[in-house]
Amino acid sequence: MDLLRLITCGNVDDGKSTLLGRLLHDTKSIFEDQWEAVQQASVRRGDPATNLALLTDGLRAERERGITIDVAYRYFATPRRKFILADCPGHFEYTRNMVTGASSAQLALLLVDVRNGLTEQTCRHAFLASLLRIKHLIVCVNKMDLVDFRQDAFEHVRNQFMAYAERLEGLDIQFIPIAALTGDNVVEKSARLSWFDGPPLLYTLETVYVGNEINHVDARFPVQLVIGPSDAAPSFQGCAGQVASGIFRPGEEIMHFPSRQCARVTAIHGPGGPVNEAFHPMSVVLETDPPLPLARGDLLAKPNNQPTTGQEFESMLCWLSATPFDPARRYVLRHTSNAIACTITQVRYKLDITTLHRNQNALPLAMNDLARVTLHTSAPLCYDSYRKNRQTGCLILVDAADNTTVAAGMIL
Amino acid sequence: MSRLHLSQIDALEHEAIHILREAAAQFPRTAILFSGGKDSLVLAALARRAFAPGPAPFPLLHIDTGHNFAETLEFRDRLARELGFRLLVRTVQDTLDRGRAVEETGANASRNALQSVTLLDAIAELNFDAAIGGGRRDEEKARAKERIFSHRDASGHWHPHHQRPELWNLYNGRKNPGEHFRVFPLSNWTELDVWAYIAREKLPLPSLYFSHERDVFLRNGTLLAASPLLPLQAGEQVSRERVRFRTVGDLTCTGAVRSRASTLEEIIAEVAAARQTERGTRYDDRRSDSAMEDRKRAGYF
Repeated sequence: MDLLRLITCGNVDDGKSTLLGRLLHDTKSIFEDQWEAVQQASVRRGDPATNLALLTDGLRAERERGITIDVAYRYFATPRRKFILADCPGHFEYTRNMVTGASSAQLALLLVDVRNGLTEQTCRHAFLASLLRIKHLIVCVNKMDLVDFRQDAFEHVRNQFMAYAERLEGLDIQFIPIAALTGDNVVEKSARLSWFDGPPLLYTLETVYVGNEINHVDARFPVQLVIGPSDAAPSFQGCAGQVASGIFRPGEEIMHFPSRQCARVTAIHGPGGPVNEAFHPMSVVLETDPPLPLARGDLLAKPNNQPTTGQEFESMLCWLSATPFDPARRYVLRHTSNAIACTITQVRYKLDITTLHRNQNALPLAMNDLARVTLHTSAPLCYDSYRKNRQTGCLILVDAADNTTVAAGMIL
Repeated sequence: MSRLHLSQIDALEHEAIHILREAAAQFPRTAILFSGGKDSLVLAALARRAFAPGPAPFPLLHIDTGHNFAETLEFRDRLARELGFRLLVRTVQDTLDRGRAVEETGANASRNALQSVTLLDAIAELNFDAAIGGGRRDEEKARAKERIFSHRDASGHWHPHHQRPELWNLYNGRKNPGEHFRVFPLSNWTELDVWAYIAREKLPLPSLYFSHERDVFLRNGTLLAASPLLPLQAGEQVSRERVRFRTVGDLTCTGAVRSRASTLEEIIAEVAAARQTERGTRYDDRRSDSAMEDRKRAGYF
């Protein structure tokens, strides 16, 4: 059994929580006591039937306001796969949550209300999925029950969406007509949608091939911490970390950054003992000969495939904080295992996600804004472009005064 | 499955180890919250692996309500010794004796909520920057929204609506003095994953998890262990049953389930077919629909 990380996104009222509740319910991931609690809450609220959305609306304020206000993680499994699902709210002011949920997702499930067709928010979500390099996008055209399960209604939305998506790169898009409330085409193929020849949603989720989004070519190993000698192993020296990309094997030559010193990998220790190869997302310990001048924040790569090293680079930035960017404030950049002082030296343009228009009047840079910026770090950084390498191309900015995470960046 | 691909349990193990190492790298003083329950056992085992061949740079911290099952405490002491961890214990009784909190009264009184006071006092006393917990997002709906690095303000409170966004595998542990973090390496595990890992790694467990005979009684739909700490109310009757516990918390609020599962394999089969969440046997969550959220805001585990 393997693991698939996905996000769901869509407008408020497109039926996201209902679909999620449906998936959880129909994969028998709902327990009796949860179901009873939701039934009771539905009665208290005066809902006409058991409100599946209540299964996933976690925090009290959300249940009261009826909208999901933060990323929530859900778990369900079928005999084929375990799913970790980030439930992203569709409300405009919370778009930053979509970026958060999308950052670790391999697949995005985008809900569209068939009656409303393509909205601005749908375009934003599809664009963000593409920007964050999510490979697979499944567009669920929902509420088919409210248009009598008509094929032309589904196709109208699909054509609208395809016209927009032509401008997005790297996405593998599938469309599925569903009715989350009644369960049509969610787990079982629906007789009322017999004109649709594809499989239902759950089968698609179970079978979509997701191994291909991991970079197994460019070997990168950020040093997370150094494991030194101890009573149990008086002469041990190794570096612990998670392989960001590529493959490391004992016997191979590696290059240490920033020293550019080369060494041979003598052993790789996984959680259960020595391993013959290490790849993303494995957490391992590498031993080298000769030992290297290791410190947290260093990077191991290979002599014939090196990362870019520099102090100034271009990045797309999504501003996450309610406090806009302020050139007077100090920011700390976190990138792999590094934390380093950083300034935004130029905001080149702000991107209108709906029209993809570049607005040269880029300031203020405020919450939910996407901008292309130039970043300058106080010391050299080893990185790759996000397009090439999600792990060594991503970064966050932290406000040095209040310690909050204010922006997410993707190196260009 | 292709060669360069991890099974889900391996993927979760590697992720948890990355988080444990990140906690060690970002926080000078960190403890593992350890109850002797299955989640904290898995945490301790993962911490051993994350820093091998060196020692894990964390002590174990147990907040003892004084209402624990004797089996759990015995097991706790033995395991800490065997794995080579330093074990720190702070008691709710001490918190009460010092007048930091007042015991609940009434029929359903529990020390469960008081643990938060003892825990926060311990974190302040021992000057911890972070406490690593075995909390999982599948346990409860308020937990589903909690970050892996979860910030606590200077009074130890969680602010669910002002959480730091958490992206990729970049964890932001910056904080001011007096504040602390809770770190949850098992966030993405489910109950079944925990059991599958225990079975695969053959981790020892307290006997409470396995089917045994015990005197129990029924209160508000929950089977509780007969104990001097739980005076019987009108109409309640003790009976001898074959039961096991799905969690091993405070015995005044931890319910048993009727079960014949006496091996790990049988427990896994039972969990896979279970019709109740494991916290469904926790009396403390049933007080209101947002009981967990209210306790978490106040600094609970």
